[in-house]
Amino acid sequence: MFTLQELKRSALISLWFVFLTFPIMVVKVNSIEKTVQWRWMNVVYILVGSFVLSLLFRYFLYRKERQSGEDEQQGDNTGRSLIHRLLIVPKYRNMIYGVLLGAAVVFPFLTSSYQVNIMTTALMYVVLGLGLNIVVGLAGLLDLGYVAFYAVGAYSYALLNYHFGLGFWAVLPIGGLLAALFGILLGFPVLRLRGDYLAIVTLGFGEIIRLVLENWGDFSQGPSGISNISRPGFFGIELSLEMAIVYIYYLMVLFVIVTIFLVNRLQDSRLGRAWIALREDEIACQAMGIDKIKTKLAAFSLGALWAGIIGVVFAAKTTFINPASFTFLEAAIILSIVVLGGMGSIICLIICALVLILLPEYLRALSEFRMLAFGAILVCMMVFRPQGIIASIRRTYTYKPRNRDEA
Amino acid sequence: MSVKLNKKIAAVAAGFLMTVALPGAGLTADTIKIGVAGPHSGDLASYGLPTVNAAKIIAEKINASGGINGKMVELLIEDTVCKPEIATNTATKLVSDGAQMILGGICSGATKAALPIYLDAGLLVISPSATNPPLTQSGEYPNFFRTIAPDDAQAQLDVDFAIEKMGYTKIAVIHDKGDYGKGFAEFAKQFIEASGKAEVVLFEGVTPGQVDYSAVVQKVKQSGAETVIFGGYHPEASKIITMMKKKRLDATFISDDGVKDQTFVKVAQENAEGAYASGPKDTSNNPLAQQAVQEHKDMFGTDPGAFYENAYSAMLAMTNAAANAGSTDLAALKKALQTVPVETPLGSITFDEKGDAIGVGFSVYQVQNGEWVELK
Amino acid sequence: MDYFIELFFSGLSRGAIYALIALGYTMVYGIIGLINFAHGEIYMIGAFTSFIVATILTILGLPLLAIIVLTGIAAVVWSASYGYTIEKIAYKPLRHAPRLSALISAIGMSMFLQNYVLLAQTSDFLPFPTLIPDFAFMEPIAHIVGSTDLVILITTTVSMIFLTVLIKYTRIGKAMRATAQDRTMAMLVGINVNRVISATFVIGSSMAAIGGLLIASHIGQINFYIGFLAGIKAFTAAVLGGIGSIPGAVLGSVVLGLTESFATGYVSSDYEDVFAFSLLVLILIFKPSGLLGKADTQKV
Repeated sequence: MFTLQELKRSALISLWFVFLTFPIMVVKVNSIEKTVQWRWMNVVYILVGSFVLSLLFRYFLYRKERQSGEDEQQGDNTGRSLIHRLLIVPKYRNMIYGVLLGAAVVFPFLTSSYQVNIMTTALMYVVLGLGLNIVVGLAGLLDLGYVAFYAVGAYSYALLNYHFGLGFWAVLPIGGLLAALFGILLGFPVLRLRGDYLAIVTLGFGEIIRLVLENWGDFSQGPSGISNISRPGFFGIELSLEMAIVYIYYLMVLFVIVTIFLVNRLQDSRLGRAWIALREDEIACQAMGIDKIKTKLAAFSLGALWAGIIGVVFAAKTTFINPASFTFLEAAIILSIVVLGGMGSIICLIICALVLILLPEYLRALSEFRMLAFGAILVCMMVFRPQGIIASIRRTYTYKPRNRDEA
Repeated sequence: MSVKLNKKIAAVAAGFLMTVALPGAGLTADTIKIGVAGPHSGDLASYGLPTVNAAKIIAEKINASGGINGKMVELLIEDTVCKPEIATNTATKLVSDGAQMILGGICSGATKAALPIYLDAGLLVISPSATNPPLTQSGEYPNFFRTIAPDDAQAQLDVDFAIEKMGYTKIAVIHDKGDYGKGFAEFAKQFIEASGKAEVVLFEGVTPGQVDYSAVVQKVKQSGAETVIFGGYHPEASKIITMMKKKRLDATFISDDGVKDQTFVKVAQENAEGAYASGPKDTSNNPLAQQAVQEHKDMFGTDPGAFYENAYSAMLAMTNAAANAGSTDLAALKKALQTVPVETPLGSITFDEKGDAIGVGFSVYQVQNGEWVELK
Repeated sequence: MDYFIELFFSGLSRGAIYALIALGYTMVYGIIGLINFAHGEIYMIGAFTSFIVATILTILGLPLLAIIVLTGIAAVVWSASYGYTIEKIAYKPLRHAPRLSALISAIGMSMFLQNYVLLAQTSDFLPFPTLIPDFAFMEPIAHIVGSTDLVILITTTVSMIFLTVLIKYTRIGKAMRATAQDRTMAMLVGINVNRVISATFVIGSSMAAIGGLLIASHIGQINFYIGFLAGIKAFTAAVLGGIGSIPGAVLGSVVLGLTESFATGYVSSDYEDVFAFSLLVLILIFKPSGLLGKADTQKV
């Protein structure tokens, strides 16, 4: 692999990068005071960094190509990762689930309410990721405006609570259904659009929702937002702040479990398989008699439903919302979670959401590099592992004649 | 079911008290923990970091001279990035880390989101820069104080300046659709209408980051406005004023504290000449302010940034109140803040019933030869 | 009536600004069918390179004309290099992957470049020097069309004609069209598809660089984030005009610019973006291929 030729090529590439990044990385000018700052040290960093990275880049690319060649020769069993092999055996699977659940239950007892709070945030992203996964991962519709439904949920709780004093539990289904309604509303016009057009229209839709919330002050109180939203009620008992945090945390654990269960069932249902078929080949799918309109709308509205519900939880948790929380960036973060999770796999999605949300929270010192890393991760994932960190296994039906003899 | 759950909650609460309250109680004996919350990274970091510096300087000074009533001051510095959802996380972190007073909340939105958590924990919060009027005026946050005048005071000053001093009768009000800018613009509009001497000929928002503002400028021109009152920050302000000059519109430009920044003059260059903006009163003649700036230079080697003096004053007021009250109990602190005047870089201040500082105000500045000059 | 004309021209110049960016977008899409989401960032990098080079040259004390020419060359060279490199890293390995993968990779690239410039340079707004002086002969109508507006309008028109000629009548243009129609077939008849795609990116990025230079000089300030909104608007314009069509990109941009301008002038600028995006959604519902796009029948 590391032949002299390869090294020479990397050396050339690193020289190219020195040239490429020269104006931005090395020079820093101040046009007012007319001074130029030359940061020559950066040349060295770029030289070394790009040399190593280019070697790695090509090594992984090479490995990926070789691997895909091998996969075709052997069955897919050997390609399965450790986690999947563990999950296949029911005993281990139940054990893993039990440990996870146990850890989730005792978590608030072991840590401070700050930890519980950020864990709740991470769990919210898990559910958002699972919801978006229906649209992007299963049905293959790239939705860049997912955050709009999240906003619909959050604002429906905030406004209903503010004007009519409705409680959390009453609004939870309302917020979810409203978001689903918006999902259908968005779904109708974009049904005819192909992938890329769809992406940009959903992005536009997301922006429209945010702009309306920002500008229609009489309705949404504009950019100053709505404060003092009540926290979820607990059988009419007024909870103290710490208790409320723990309470919302347990609610979220419950939501995550319910969502995983539902999404799992959905995935294996008739509808779920129709989505996957739609993703793979729209025309063949129609030829098989699947109603395209109904299937797509179902994907949009179900995806939006979860976003709406989590929106309600979000409003109840922060007790303050304004349109700034629902920008394209937020949509991009949720999308990163789904992409990292390999668009389709549930387990991996959960792990990825936890990592992506918790890591920046614990590494606050490095938070400046957070978005840089997000971008790089998206590119690298697409290039090297489009199937996600841990690939989901397609359900396969293997014909085994010997079994029939035994039976 | 509900009984069982109740027990669980009680157990959780007990566990919580064990982990948090006990070590906290153990430590209160020797230190006073002051939380410093604000944007310390991201695009608004330049508004938050000067507050951290001010807190560090005063904490060091107090600790060098034996602390507050013998207790050392310990700073807990936490980032909010000015985002409400992160600010609530930060607030819970500060509360569980045992903070006893909070300096901060730089942006109004993030402060508003975090305040209920601090109120619930009974912590005093003094902000150097959160100017949203309802924070004090609504009376919902009795634990909140600030060393900066609220937006409506600023809007009132700008409107008075435009109508009384300059005699304008047709005013266009433009804002950047943001929390701060739009709030300011709405107050300005309200005050202009209430004055009865001038009319608002245009009330519009512009989209920050847009490539071109000429359509809005043409609209201002069409409306026949003699002056533009702009609510927002300097990047949009410099774009608009440049476009006004390009489109040969000679209405004057009056703006707020977010524009009264040297960057505005640097970016808009000669187009900025003659623009007005309100900002905190010039304190450069106050010896305490000079001292505060000098301390910053000594410790960090640079000139202090935005809201530094407000933060310095807030920190002084806070530590002073703690010394006078003899504890960090909210009621005692409030009483001390409201009754005992403090000498600060902003002058001698006390706080009113709602939490606004008495003796802190704004004045109007104008760009003259590339510098902001206070108009007397 | 004056007001109408003023609004018309501010819409036109805004449209011309969008068009400068939209041309590159539409070209890349037309040839390889990829939404190059990072195109707005190439524009931003073009603006930053211009800023840096122009400032250094000003300090060196060169005459204005030399500054403009050298800055332009530098911006084009570096932006084209970025375009070339981005294609090699983020899109080339994904040639055979689903379209969705390439789009996500593009979004990732866009986020990466934004933050790269943020960290390497600054998050502050930087004052961009006015490179184009006020022409004396423009003074009588300066309140309607400024000198910079005029230069942008002319550049956009020239670019549009240049690109159309390039694609229609030159050898590389022919190769591009062949690649667009059927990549495998193009390879079979001896076209170096990789080189054609690289050339497409280089040309598209050069357009963005010129856009960056002119637009930054029009607005007078830059920061790392300017590429995002401009990129989205330009993309909207390209889709509006029928993505893949060069005249369509210009038409779409002008329609978008005029819509926003009139919406601001006669309704309210509070909702200018809402109007823009609603227009996009409406056009796509009734004519999914855009104003000048060819209806795309799917082959089975």
